Amino acid sequence: MVEKRLIELVEVTRVYPLPSGDVVALDRVSLTIHEGEFVAIMGPSGSGKSTLLNQLGCLDRPTSGDLFIRGKNTREMNDRELTGLRLNTIGYIFQRFNLIPLLTAYENVEYPYLMKHREPDYTGRVDSLLGMVGIDPPMAAHKPPELSGGQQQRVAIARALVNDPALILCDEPTGNLDSVTGRQIMEMLAELHRKGRTILMVTHDAEVAGFAERTIVMKDGRVI
Amino acid sequence: MRDVILSLSLRSIRIHFLRSVLAALGIVIGVVAISSMGMMGANMTLSVTEELSSMANNLVVRAYTGGAGFGGGPGGSGASGGGDEFITESEFREITKIAEKYGLVYGVQSESDRIEVGDRKGRATVYGLDDKVIPSIFSLSEGTFPKSTSSVVIGPTLASRYSLKTGSRIDIGDPDKGGTTTVRVVGILEERGMSMDVNSDSAIIANQKLFNGIYGREGEYNQVNVILSDINDTQKVKSAILEKMNRKEETVTIQDSSRMLESITSTLSTMTTFVMAIAGISLLVAATSIFNVMMMSVTERVREIGIMRSIGTQKSEIRKMFIYESVILGVIGATIGAILSLAIGWVVVLAMVGSTDYFFSPPSLVYIPSAMLVGIVICVISGVYPAWRASSLDPIEALRAE
Ligand SMILES: Nc1ncnc2c1ncn2[C@@H]1O[C@H](COP(=O)(O)OP(=O)(O)OP(=O)(O)O)[C@@H](O)[C@H]1O
Ligand SMILES: [Mg+2]
Repeated sequence: MVEKRLIELVEVTRVYPLPSGDVVALDRVSLTIHEGEFVAIMGPSGSGKSTLLNQLGCLDRPTSGDLFIRGKNTREMNDRELTGLRLNTIGYIFQRFNLIPLLTAYENVEYPYLMKHREPDYTGRVDSLLGMVGIDPPMAAHKPPELSGGQQQRVAIARALVNDPALILCDEPTGNLDSVTGRQIMEMLAELHRKGRTILMVTHDAEVAGFAERTIVMKDGRVI
Repeated sequence: MRDVILSLSLRSIRIHFLRSVLAALGIVIGVVAISSMGMMGANMTLSVTEELSSMANNLVVRAYTGGAGFGGGPGGSGASGGGDEFITESEFREITKIAEKYGLVYGVQSESDRIEVGDRKGRATVYGLDDKVIPSIFSLSEGTFPKSTSSVVIGPTLASRYSLKTGSRIDIGDPDKGGTTTVRVVGILEERGMSMDVNSDSAIIANQKLFNGIYGREGEYNQVNVILSDINDTQKVKSAILEKMNRKEETVTIQDSSRMLESITSTLSTMTTFVMAIAGISLLVAATSIFNVMMMSVTERVREIGIMRSIGTQKSEIRKMFIYESVILGVIGATIGAILSLAIGWVVVLAMVGSTDYFFSPPSLVYIPSAMLVGIVICVISGVYPAWRASSLDPIEALRAE
């Protein structure tokens, strides 16, 4: 099987200029992620894991170096195109769930769909995704603050999947959950991987990293 | 499609209901202030125009004083002598000859003089008019028209200022300069309002014999008035008189009410603009409060904006969300303001103009949609900067916010 390169980082550096001196959060990181991979990123606190994930998620731009997504250099894209990439190609799952508090669970999942298709979901995709992550319709009518952490993370997973992204990025998806709920969420991600999704996940937890097929370890802004 | 951005704006307004109501209240007040001031001005103009046009059939002929005494070259024939400010008896007859077939022509003599009622002293204008003319241009609210050379009628303002009734006595003149004449009030006139022929409301109206008895000045008229039967004759009569009288040199000028009407309406419109500008300040205050609320809304929703941006919401959509919010506040505020304007405008017009006859006429009501539009536009403008701020937040920074 020919492995297709989904993401390629070439010498990516990210420097935060601070009055007390520049902080090099990423130091010439080169990395390739192929389609269908499940990669865990580990490393001590402050080693640059989140910074790396933000680069991959096109939320941030490298200070120097290049990031290619499906062979296209993101340096040549404007904010509009990068935003489009986040909407259509990337699904983000955060430690803090990051659901929109004004919208119900259903509407949160439907939101990226509306942004992409400019019409409500008549295909039943939102319902079936919510069903898949175990959120039933009465629960889907609740707003995020009325849901438990585990329930919110399930909704967030459904939201990340709604536009059928090529890449799923998770920043400590189980960080705010108890171990039982965390395991359920991880099993869900593992299941997505089995179905062929590409997943990149930042974690502190070796047990969680065990679900991945490859582990990248970072230290002081470098991949070791 | 169902606009999720619009529904987010609506939900934000609903969640911060009190804050939104207060912001919209500013717009309500601004719209009410502007539209009721505008309506007041419009109603005032309309009713003054109506009042004045009822006497627009008036021509007032006065002696030409414009270039008198200055190096006017051909004008210096010496014929005008010392009677420059007056129309002479012969000029009066000439004017009568030209204008009498078009209406009523009469001469007006007037002096401003000292008066004394009991022990109260003051000043008033004394008019001298032909016996036969007085009843045809004035109406009485009580008493009779003067028949003798010692009786007068007076205007209602003068009557109430000095508590004069029919039968009261007035001493006209200065005891130190030529003595006084005592006259008896036999009638009080109805209020006539402002006019350019004879301002009778605070004046004493005497017949010519009495006037000449006090002041002399026989055959010297301050003005000659023509009341035209047909208003369409105005220009014809005006140019006929001017052509005859001013053939050799400028002897008379003619004022017709249309000019006065113009100058009054233009004064009123300046005044209206000024008052509306003051009312406009209230909209400026409203703009500040909308701006404030929008900035608060942005600050409060930084994290939400970060979430939206990170999952692929364009900057333009974020901007739209806040612009929608300010437009909704503006539309709600302006609509409530428009409804209240009908009631408050009515009260203001009633109080300031005294009549609401023209309240529902288009030139008056047009101020309501105009003020609404101004209010909404102000809201949109106040929302632009906060919206821009929101859209240019860095998604990562925004996500970090609590
Ligand atoms: N916005 C910022 N401004 C300045 N410095 C920053 C900023 N974000 C991150 N850093 C610095 O960059 C380095 C890497 O941070 P990053 O958040 O990527 O670490 P991390 O590996 O995700 O840590 P953690 O496990 O605690 O989440 C740190 O030294 C951090 O202080
Ligand atoms: Mg981190």
